[in-house]
Amino acid sequence: MIGKLVFALVATALAPVLGGLISGVDRRITAWLQSRYGPPVLQPFYDVLKLLGKRPMATNIWQVLCAYVYLSAAAVSVFLFFLQTDLLLIFFTLTVGAVFLVMGALASPSPYSQIGGQRELLQMLAYEPLLILVFVAIAMTTGSFKISAVFAMDKPLLYSLPLIFVVLGYALTIKLRKSPFDISTCHHAHQELVRGVLTEYSGPYLAALEIAHWFEVVLMLSICALFWATSVWGMLILVALTYFVEILVDNVMARMTWKWMLRSVLGVGLVLSVLNMLWLYAN
Amino acid sequence: MLEKFINAGRLKSPWIMHFDCGSCNGCDIEVLACLTPLYDIERFGIINVGNPKHADVLLVTGTVNHRNKHVLKNLYDQMPDPKAVIAIGACGLSGGVFREAYNVVGGVDKVIPVDVYVPGCPSRPEAIIDGVVEALERVKVKLGLAG
Repeated sequence: MIGKLVFALVATALAPVLGGLISGVDRRITAWLQSRYGPPVLQPFYDVLKLLGKRPMATNIWQVLCAYVYLSAAAVSVFLFFLQTDLLLIFFTLTVGAVFLVMGALASPSPYSQIGGQRELLQMLAYEPLLILVFVAIAMTTGSFKISAVFAMDKPLLYSLPLIFVVLGYALTIKLRKSPFDISTCHHAHQELVRGVLTEYSGPYLAALEIAHWFEVVLMLSICALFWATSVWGMLILVALTYFVEILVDNVMARMTWKWMLRSVLGVGLVLSVLNMLWLYAN
Repeated sequence: MLEKFINAGRLKSPWIMHFDCGSCNGCDIEVLACLTPLYDIERFGIINVGNPKHADVLLVTGTVNHRNKHVLKNLYDQMPDPKAVIAIGACGLSGGVFREAYNVVGGVDKVIPVDVYVPGCPSRPEAIIDGVVEALERVKVKLGLAG
């Protein structure tokens, strides 16, 4: 038990480093796809360090509270994942964090921040049912919501849940803030909403949100890795391939509207999940 | 130690915000040209942000007049320290050909402190990138890092 706790703590401490590196590689590959040279791989760390060194400015105290709750919820959900606990518990922790991010955005009267917050709520409305369905499908296969049950399987989950993996891909695209679902905020220079939910955050608080985002990226990619839990190489290859497809989709798609997002994500996602579950049930 | 890392970050990630203070769009197009794959300023960690709260460097083009000087001051005040200001083009430097007009205040430095002046009508993208590099040198001096 002590060994597992120490492993989870070390993994949680390393998660932001890994998340930052993934983000740096992401920017390099994106630049390559756009025939640019791109920033150094360590650029996300420079950005966050700089933000940490800026003078703190906040519109009100609730914003600060929300930033730190979001960060801690993201860190706790990564910790729970590496402790191999309940998938539902991780889901609820993640949701608490996401709700606080929206509350922080809605705490200031800026129109950009308000619209960003409402769009973030719509994004949650789109990806959360899908994430629950993914976890239910995993539980239908393994017989338990515990992550340890997934590692006890002798066959990769992907064989029995191929359509569910596609559904997880939709949730992943929204969570990674990639096109076509980057409607509340994104990393690129789309200016019409300024930075959406992040508009009113600055300096160290923006850095806290960026670190929280790294935690979430690591968590979502770890959930992807569960689909090939039988070998380490299988996990790495599956995650790398999935992330490359995400970057590709980000670069070839335009940003879509929230109505299109709800229709396509919920429509396609629900149909694919139900088909996969019926197939599981028939077996 | 942490201070050293933070200073490294400050020099490697200057996020710029561009404010058109009544320019003819000549300089604005040159500023945006810096973002294209040809110049690709993101390789220096420079990102164009649309928000003073996220910006480290303010690029101002065009003449300042009595109406927009309040906007300029407001944007400058919303940027958290440490920050730098770069005035771009003949109009941003001194008011250019419009300096005698009754509604024109003059250069950007009449309203907010300017660190670097980039001349030209319009300024070339290379000159603007040089200006940002020069502004980083000024920041270095302010932080006491210049050797």
